Amino acid sequence: MRFEYFQMIDRVVALDVAGRVVRCRSGVPQQSTVFEGHFPTYPLMPGALLLECMAQTTGWLVMALSGFTTMPFLIGVRDAKFRTAVFPGDELEFEGSIVHEGSGFTVGECKGRRQGKAVCEAQITYRVMAFPSPEFRQAILQWAEQIGVPVKEFIK
Amino acid sequence: MSATFDKVADIIAETCDIPRENIKPESHAINDLEIDSLDFLDIAFAIDKTFGIKLPLEQWTQEVNDGKATTDQYFVLKNLSDEIDKLIAAKGA
Repeated sequence: MRFEYFQMIDRVVALDVAGRVVRCRSGVPQQSTVFEGHFPTYPLMPGALLLECMAQTTGWLVMALSGFTTMPFLIGVRDAKFRTAVFPGDELEFEGSIVHEGSGFTVGECKGRRQGKAVCEAQITYRVMAFPSPEFRQAILQWAEQIGVPVKEFIK
Repeated sequence: MSATFDKVADIIAETCDIPRENIKPESHAINDLEIDSLDFLDIAFAIDKTFGIKLPLEQWTQEVNDGKATTDQYFVLKNLSDEIDKLIAAKGA
């Protein structure tokens, strides 16, 4: 994870478009200015950032479903739960899936685990729109490749 | 009132916390009930799930933006219910 760039996923380890499932891996950094405030002397991964991890995990799946022709923007969260404290250095796995593909929106789910044990979960709604610009899309494709998405397999 | 309208009205009442008695077949979802686009996506999600369809919101929006349709055609609830019935019929055809 790179908090300062909002790059919350280190690696997409499996992306199954037909099965509507994505699995990602990410490590909480040992050091971050975020931990200076959250909290002094007791560094703790903020739930808001765990939520972003989940949104990005399922977001990669949503993009792959459209062949990276559209971008999912977070517009709603339901039933978010943060089950246990997450600390610097923790290695997390996230598994995202699709609940519903609507017209112009997608509803997904995501669960986070640490060593197999549930850490967090949420139902996430995205508005799905065309990329605002070709440059934006290119940057996203580049980012996807950096974290292991086999972009060429999905691209339309 | 149709069974479809009743289900749609129940969904809107629950999703948007609008008293059920205020939701009528001639109500316009946006102009009368003041449902915003974000809440309407929640309603669309519930409608899609309940009826096993996919409301073509993007197509409707495009038609309205292009001047080929009015919002009344899709967002007055009796018309929305008719559109849902058509989608259900098309699914079974």
